[in-house]
Amino acid sequence: MPIATLPLATVGIGLLAVWSLFVGVSDVSLATLFGGAPDQATQVLLVSRLPRTLALILAGAAMAVSGLLLQMLVRNRFVEPSTTGTAESAIFGMMMVSLLAPEMPVFGRMAVASLCALAGTGLFLAILRQVPLRSPLVVPLVGIMLGGVITAMTEFIAYRQDLIQSVRGWETGDFSAILLGRYELLWLSAALTGVAYLAADRFTVAGMGRDVATNLGIDHRKVMALGLVIVSMTTAAVIATCGMIPFLGLIVPNVVSLVRGDNMRGSLPWVALMGAGLVLACDIAGRLVIHPYEIPIGTMMGVIGSALFLYLLLRRNGHAG
Amino acid sequence: MPADRRILSPTVVLGGLSALTLLSIALFMTLGARGKWDFILAFRGTKVAAMVLVGYAVAVSTVLFQTITNNRILTPSVMGFDHLYRMIQTVLVFQFGSGLVASLDPRLRFGVEVASMVVFSGLLYWWLFNGAGRGDNRRSLHLLLLVGIVFGVLFRSLTSFLQRIIDPNEFLTVQDRLFANFNRVDVELLTVSALVVLAVSLAGWRWRRTFDVLALGRDAAINLGVEHRRAVMAVLVMVSILVSVSTALVGPITFFGLLVANLAYLVVRSHRHALILPAAVLLAVLTLVAGQLVLERVFGYNAALSIVIEFVGGLAFLFILVRGSAR
Repeated sequence: MPIATLPLATVGIGLLAVWSLFVGVSDVSLATLFGGAPDQATQVLLVSRLPRTLALILAGAAMAVSGLLLQMLVRNRFVEPSTTGTAESAIFGMMMVSLLAPEMPVFGRMAVASLCALAGTGLFLAILRQVPLRSPLVVPLVGIMLGGVITAMTEFIAYRQDLIQSVRGWETGDFSAILLGRYELLWLSAALTGVAYLAADRFTVAGMGRDVATNLGIDHRKVMALGLVIVSMTTAAVIATCGMIPFLGLIVPNVVSLVRGDNMRGSLPWVALMGAGLVLACDIAGRLVIHPYEIPIGTMMGVIGSALFLYLLLRRNGHAG
Repeated sequence: MPADRRILSPTVVLGGLSALTLLSIALFMTLGARGKWDFILAFRGTKVAAMVLVGYAVAVSTVLFQTITNNRILTPSVMGFDHLYRMIQTVLVFQFGSGLVASLDPRLRFGVEVASMVVFSGLLYWWLFNGAGRGDNRRSLHLLLLVGIVFGVLFRSLTSFLQRIIDPNEFLTVQDRLFANFNRVDVELLTVSALVVLAVSLAGWRWRRTFDVLALGRDAAINLGVEHRRAVMAVLVMVSILVSVSTALVGPITFFGLLVANLAYLVVRSHRHALILPAAVLLAVLTLVAGQLVLERVFGYNAALSIVIEFVGGLAFLFILVRGSAR
């Protein structure tokens, strides 16, 4: 792939983003912005449409990069925040906050969810060390079982407190409630994605295993810890803002790695772009399919992502497994 | 046999478990009974029968599933059964409203649920073993699991979406069916389920020695003359039927099977399925009946046995994993 394609792809995503600004129920178009009802249209654009589009781009890029990071750190192609217990633990944290401190500001919620996500992911890694891995496919199985246990605990408590419907809200990503002032947490995940890019080479080396990394002068533990913190905080920020977007971290890095190989610094911008693009496209589709209602992004990704993941699984060459 | 003298022989263990199970059933039937015996025995008898049947189905299906996957931390529900069941419940109420769903003939509903779960898993196996399953069989078993999981996520996404847009009052009626419950079992369905489970068991009993060989892993089993692919397929079909029946009868149960299967391995200390399976079944029935007894009589608390058991089962699972006894 020649280098000039990256700007091209960026332009493509930009066009998608612009399109996403003009999709919706209220009438926002160039004609209304500069002619018919400028005040109202501008208001809708600035308070609802623009934040939503930005949130889509930030969340999409951040979740895709989280998946890439996890795949590097765990050295397995089939992990992402929803197959390592990370997302389920963050949801557990969100629920505990709703239960014990419902007045807590959103940043505090996210902090608690991040800590829980970190604990859950750490537990997953501790378990992996104990389980003999006969096949790379066992790793996500362990993660999914762990996620199931955590979900069972969440539901056990939520059921008794009538919080099940809130839990469902965090489980299904949805951008329809995003307004100015409700998505700014995602800039934090954008910053974390930037940190991941700066430390990309270290993650690549850490992905070669502890012994190789140590030989090459990398503090393996520190790099692992940094990566896990980035993934946990990102996942928690996305869940706290709009809910879980499944499969994104699984599909995008795998597709990019098919094309570009596994140098993280080289592939990270692509993963971020593709993640943003896929989420934008899914969201536009979800808004158009049953217009004037919309299908939440979590459901769209669940369906499209399942199909893509099955395709990846069943491509019978050894690349992915 | 292990050299350690303190370990009881499997016969003693099974005998002890049987005695405990019978004792707990007897207590459950008689404790705190006031009023007409014939009514009480019939009422409690139905509950006990449901617990025995579900305990049996969950224990057997989990042990067999772990045998063919060579993995002690998996349960059949990983294949997406629970999510499919929850989706069916949600779609029914969403589409027809809770009033109409409540008035449906339970036999029809049960039939639809079992049929959709069995057909779904059947299609999955067929497609994987005939379409995509060429090549390495073991890999395709893991592949099968992952494909099942992906379908599970797909069902879950659709279910979550429906549960968000459903009327909250309607949602309450769905929510009750999302957790297993031994108190709303229909006697007629119980009979049908018992017959199905019995048929599967009779078929399975002839295979009991094959299970022992399958537990050695694919290569060893093939060396010892087992048609591995056919045997695995047969076990998968049995497991699907057992899981579907038990789920349609009381609701989804995920981690309970893990708990009893791993306890059974722990107490029996043998690799013979003729010993492990009965132990797991007894442990399952004992846990359910004793659990219900304690919840009802001690805490005066009803309906949420399954949630407690899932919770405990989940914790036990984590414990097993972290201790690293999961082979």
